[in-house]
Amino acid sequence: MNLQFHSLAELFAMGGHGVYVWAVYGVAALVMGALVVRPLRRHARALAAVRSARQRGR
Amino acid sequence: MAERRWQWFHRLASPPGFYRVSGRWLPWLAGTSLALLAVGVVWGLLYAPPDARQGNSYRIIFLHVPASFLALAGYYVMAAAGAIHLIWRVKLADVVMSAAAPLGAALTFLALFSGSLWGKPTWGTYWVWDARITSMLVLLFLYLGVVTLRQAYASRETAGRACAVLALVGTVNIPIIYKSVDWWYSLHQPATIRLTAAPSMHPDMFQPLVVMILAFYLFYAWVLVLNVRAEILVRERRAGWVRDLAGEGESE
Repeated sequence: MNLQFHSLAELFAMGGHGVYVWAVYGVAALVMGALVVRPLRRHARALAAVRSARQRGR
Repeated sequence: MAERRWQWFHRLASPPGFYRVSGRWLPWLAGTSLALLAVGVVWGLLYAPPDARQGNSYRIIFLHVPASFLALAGYYVMAAAGAIHLIWRVKLADVVMSAAAPLGAALTFLALFSGSLWGKPTWGTYWVWDARITSMLVLLFLYLGVVTLRQAYASRETAGRACAVLALVGTVNIPIIYKSVDWWYSLHQPATIRLTAAPSMHPDMFQPLVVMILAFYLFYAWVLVLNVRAEILVRERRAGWVRDLAGEGESE
């Protein structure tokens, strides 16, 4: 198993296909990051809402 | 005896039970999926050899195929959850269905987007209205339809049943997606991986792809569980156990 690229410039260019490859990996990272963050924030918001309801109820 | 055997099931199928048990799965799902994603991406982008015909553009496969697999597998999850909710009125199944719809839509979008950007250097076009691509677009609309339909009803019960019916009717599309490359002339290449035959790919390319597929399955499970847990808290916000749970994190 060998490294296929010998410089950062080569890695970015990917023989002319870099634009397509990196755009796909970049968008995938954004979408998948959002998929994880969204439910975590919703979870935190739900707990916070229950907490403030409890305090108001007291 | 039979009752004891079903006890674990009832505990898992009740929202508070699932919430408690699934909390223990989260670190494992997060750890394994992120580790495999890292390994698969580095392997696929840096170490896998370039394709003899396509050069480096083929590296998109390491996201395209796993995203497409999970876009389809996610539909089974959503439709099965819908059926379980319709037939047995299992509350948790409705929660799973509502969590699976936006997740499936995101993965279907990724499958279409990666395929489109792969198509440009390979076929010379971002988009063709061929059977495989069009049926995947229909899949995206089915997912989005379920998301929208849920918001359209004031009653959660009615929304859940309507979504389940839509999801079940939409399963007609699944075999069409699978068979589209065989039934119709298509730019899209036939399946690379078949259960019944050896892979048509070189092992140096196939191995990182398997890592990425596994990573995506685990990632899907992780995100689905995260969504289900958040949805459970929202739905059960007035229940005693959620109030207790919120109280635990409070400093008195």
